[in-house]
Amino acid sequence: MSVTISPKRLRSEFVRKVKELSGQNLQSCYQCGMCSGNCPAASNMDLSPRQIIELARLGFEEEIVNSKTVWICASCLACTVNCPRGFDLSKVMEAIRLLTLRENVDHIRPEDISPQERCELPQIAMVSGLRKFTG
Amino acid sequence: MKTKARNLEEPAVASMEVLGLKLEEIPRWNCCGAVYSLADDDLIHQVAPVRNLIRVKEQGKDKLATLCAFCFNTLKRANLLMRENAEKRDTINNFMDEEINYSGEVKVVHILEVLRDEIGWEALTQKVKLPLRELKVAPYYGCTLLRPREVAIDSVENPTILREFLKALGASPVDFPESTRCCGSYQIISNPDDISEYARNILNSALKHGAEALVLTCPLCDYNLGQGQKELAKKHNGFKGMPLFYFTQLLALALGLDPQVCHFELNYGSPESLLREKNLLS
Repeated sequence: MSVTISPKRLRSEFVRKVKELSGQNLQSCYQCGMCSGNCPAASNMDLSPRQIIELARLGFEEEIVNSKTVWICASCLACTVNCPRGFDLSKVMEAIRLLTLRENVDHIRPEDISPQERCELPQIAMVSGLRKFTG
Repeated sequence: MKTKARNLEEPAVASMEVLGLKLEEIPRWNCCGAVYSLADDDLIHQVAPVRNLIRVKEQGKDKLATLCAFCFNTLKRANLLMRENAEKRDTINNFMDEEINYSGEVKVVHILEVLRDEIGWEALTQKVKLPLRELKVAPYYGCTLLRPREVAIDSVENPTILREFLKALGASPVDFPESTRCCGSYQIISNPDDISEYARNILNSALKHGAEALVLTCPLCDYNLGQGQKELAKKHNGFKGMPLFYFTQLLALALGLDPQVCHFELNYGSPESLLREKNLLS
């Protein structure tokens, strides 16, 4: 895939917001891939955790927003504790989720969860799921 | 805990009393929000956990012991934020101007830490009336007791607290590489098929390493690893699965408490037949 990295992308509102919401210095990542190697969900993701950081800092908003990766992340923090740079990728994942959710675009609809499931699921599943997937 | 994880709470309360510690429930507690808010600008979701910490401070108490691993993580992280970030602390305190000021005075611990640090494994062993001999149990930590590093109750890379706990009860701990691997957590409500695969990998690995059961601390791990076992057995030839225990159930059983307090009937994977096989239940 050939990509064009432009100053416009690098200084985009998307990059600024990801940095602001996550509080992370995106440039500190040196792409070693420990995050992807330790992620229990990486094989189900279309963009690996490592790629998310690279594309986020280069301003590839569309690729990231169209990817299902941040919606597969369970915030288990395996990436965070294994990063040799002390980079907290879980916060970047959260920032990207929030940029969508804050546009009033929910990832799930609570009414799609069947009444039976709602009865069976532990409350922490419902509360945490709705916190992560709805605005 | 009061409705769907009674088999976690009730044996805990009964066991701690036998061990000489009376747990007092926080008055007017509220849901902590289950997950810690990860966005830097999102302070409103810190209000719920901080209110619980304020309730503890109001009681003149300086320690909050949690049973649920999710609550532990959220409360401890929110507490650290109030302790270490003066600017955010002021904003949150000003927002809750009907409450007393709070700056992280309470210590948040998990019940496993109370057992290790305040009672001690040797003292616990001395109180054991029914050693769980020959019960081969794999410790499953999940995520929230160990990550992030600043709230971990044990070594992030090589935790041993559940292993020590099982040894103190006379059981045989079975180490396996997936003991700290995520069960998929809240993804159960949007990606149940992925959860089923995570559960299969974790349970198969425990089985392969010689475990007869898994011990865990979190109601969501319990659900994710337990509820799909029957379906997995139908879908995958040779999948066996195994009983899951909350650590507090094994504790109560080993302390010789009435097994009814353990509510084994609420567990996944027929734990009672395994316990009978081992002569640990009549």
